Amino acid sequence: MKMKVLPAEKRPNRRAMIGIVCVLIFLILITLYIVGASMNELLFEPDFSQKLLPPTMKHPFGTDFLGRDMFARTIKGLSLSMFIGATASGAAAVIALIVGIVAALGKTWLDHFLNWVIDLTMGIPHTVLLILIAIATGRGITGLIIGISLTHWTGIARIIRGEVLQIRSRRYITASRKLGKSRLWVAVRHILPHMIPQFFIGLVLQFPHAIMHESGLTFLGYGMPPETPAIGIILSESMRYLSAGMWWLAFFPGAALAIVVLLIDKLGESLKLALDPASAQE
Amino acid sequence: MLIEAKNIKFGYSKSKPVINGVNFAADEGERVALVGPSGCGKSTLSQILAGCLNPQSGEVLFENKPLPRKGFCPAQLIYQHPEQAINPRLRLNATLREAWTPDAVFLDEIGIAPEWLNRYPAELSGGELQRFCVARALAPQTRFIIADEMSTMLDVITQAQIWELMLRQIERRGLGLLVVTHSTELAARVCSRIVRFESLTRQGRSTAV
Amino acid sequence: MEKKTVLNVSNLSVTFRMYSKGMRKGGLKVISNLSASVREGEILAVAGSSGSGKSLLAHAVLGILPRNAIVTGEIEYMGEALTSARLTKLRGREIALVPQSVEYLDPLMKVGKQVSDDKYAVKRAFERYKLDESVMKLFPFQLSGGMMRRVLCATAVVTGAKLIIADEPTPGMSEELAARAMKHFRDLADAGAAVMLITHDIDLALRYCDRVAVFYAGTTVETALASDFGNIDNLRHPYTKALWRAMPQNDFAPTPGTQPYAGNLPDGCLFAPRCDRVTEECTRAAPESRTLRNGEVSCIYAD
Repeated sequence: MKMKVLPAEKRPNRRAMIGIVCVLIFLILITLYIVGASMNELLFEPDFSQKLLPPTMKHPFGTDFLGRDMFARTIKGLSLSMFIGATASGAAAVIALIVGIVAALGKTWLDHFLNWVIDLTMGIPHTVLLILIAIATGRGITGLIIGISLTHWTGIARIIRGEVLQIRSRRYITASRKLGKSRLWVAVRHILPHMIPQFFIGLVLQFPHAIMHESGLTFLGYGMPPETPAIGIILSESMRYLSAGMWWLAFFPGAALAIVVLLIDKLGESLKLALDPASAQE
Repeated sequence: MLIEAKNIKFGYSKSKPVINGVNFAADEGERVALVGPSGCGKSTLSQILAGCLNPQSGEVLFENKPLPRKGFCPAQLIYQHPEQAINPRLRLNATLREAWTPDAVFLDEIGIAPEWLNRYPAELSGGELQRFCVARALAPQTRFIIADEMSTMLDVITQAQIWELMLRQIERRGLGLLVVTHSTELAARVCSRIVRFESLTRQGRSTAV
Repeated sequence: MEKKTVLNVSNLSVTFRMYSKGMRKGGLKVISNLSASVREGEILAVAGSSGSGKSLLAHAVLGILPRNAIVTGEIEYMGEALTSARLTKLRGREIALVPQSVEYLDPLMKVGKQVSDDKYAVKRAFERYKLDESVMKLFPFQLSGGMMRRVLCATAVVTGAKLIIADEPTPGMSEELAARAMKHFRDLADAGAAVMLITHDIDLALRYCDRVAVFYAGTTVETALASDFGNIDNLRHPYTKALWRAMPQNDFAPTPGTQPYAGNLPDGCLFAPRCDRVTEECTRAAPESRTLRNGEVSCIYAD
């Protein structure tokens, strides 16, 4: 539709605001990840002359019992968490997409079976299942990624299955079938494109969960090896020193993790808002 | 007979059929109007005739053979709400080409402006979208058209426009037509035979116009 | 005796702030110079195709336009400007809406309760619309489309409103039910209410209404008596004549072309590109509304 465009108002509009917020968060997270991933390991080498120092200008987050700089370790840990979170929630979302579409398009028994699997997975306490899978697949980063992706796909799968069922009953799907198109053609052409926004929103919203579980599992000792600079390990090590009043060992890494999780969650919510047609014109 | 429905029964639950024991037949080049109170099953019957619903019992014959379940259905349904019959996420060009690729002459006759092809459904009015549904249903393989309250949601000028261009195509190609409508005036204008839905459950009696 | 004008809308314009291509904000004028008035005891049918602005008129009167709408022009109720403070007081009491979409009902509340707290009044209203008493205990999703609309009609009746705005109340109803709903509007009007009936089914409206306001691309082109539609020569505007000719019981003859889109309107008279009497004069300025044979028309050549 052609429109006569009247002069834009001075006040920035809501959609632009959401866009700016998304880009900004994305840039912060990417920068954090790159800085952490490319960090020189010498920056958090043990230095026994600098043990258990409270925050100073030189060590903004203080140092730990081996004299390692906590700021550098936190950044490194966050980037590791983000890598695991992204990989695991990406894998979870892909599983969800496949299962959701197959469940909704396939035979009735298949749908029942997949639904049963979803219920089963959701029925077992998350952490227990996660620990079992992580141990069974050999701990470490691989174990964590497999564990998290195998326990986090159910929520998205359910949403996608529901959407597919709804779209499948639309008139244009029937029309397309009666114009001689095959089930597969209809699925790829008409149904899959509707799922893409759900897929991305689900992926981003699953991201913080994945990170929390990664840290939680590592904290409990079922995750990464103890020499890795992971947030879970940092927190678990700090437990011994908290009673001695060394608050910075837990506070800064914990707060940094919380901030990253909240940022990603905000990114997901903003994406949802921008992609949701009901609020798009406001 | 071009299309024939024999002893059709359909319902969403086994105990309460929406329609039961319905017979209907139409010949090539015939234009039949189906009238009756709302909720009597006219729309259900049109969906069964177009193969969009499968009857619980009874059969639909097309040229004395069962209506094909797979592939292009020779009986095409045009529905009351065009915006529901078109995928909102595809450009109209793609929607049209799902059926066939009409030439410029056909598009002109059906009243589709070339620039509409690159638009999304939300950018066009109901009357404009309904032209796409008509064009899609008029694919070369189509032999019978079912129009279920096709023009009810349109204003009278658009209604007259769409019927004029559709009747021109139907006449030229000798297609069969079933019009489901609540308007007796429209039925009298468009059709050669008016059938009351109630009469279909007994022997298909009908009144000529 | 001259009947009192209940609602008078004059020179109404509605502009939507919109996001067009990319992030830029623009304005889309969807209604310009729209006028309509309803008197006590009459049904005014507002007829026009989709996109002519007829639903927006109802929403503007009731103050329920979306937040990005800018409204100018006058809306008067009982001779006084209908301010938003006054509207809050009157809406749901003296002014009632029978909405187009069933989404206006609260999905989590039983329909009887939504119509009114006064059980006996609800019962009486439901009887008029042939709704069973048990319907009062149902939730909106349990109703069929036709039933839903009858419930919505009943809601307007129960409040005893002086002004009833019915926005496409009949689609989805069978002919008998639609006729019965129209008969109820007629009864309400005969009892003194002013009814504004917004519809694209001009055929049905003509059988029950007193006057017809014809909308085209967001403006009022003509206000005619319902009886004028008996003979094409009594109609004033070329668009109204085109409507008459397109009816199946008349010529069933379509006028070519389509209603222009808001934002892409021609200069001068909006119907000029499709009009057979068009001259250069028509494209120069939008024609003023003038009185002609007990009606109003916006066409310089109407006679």
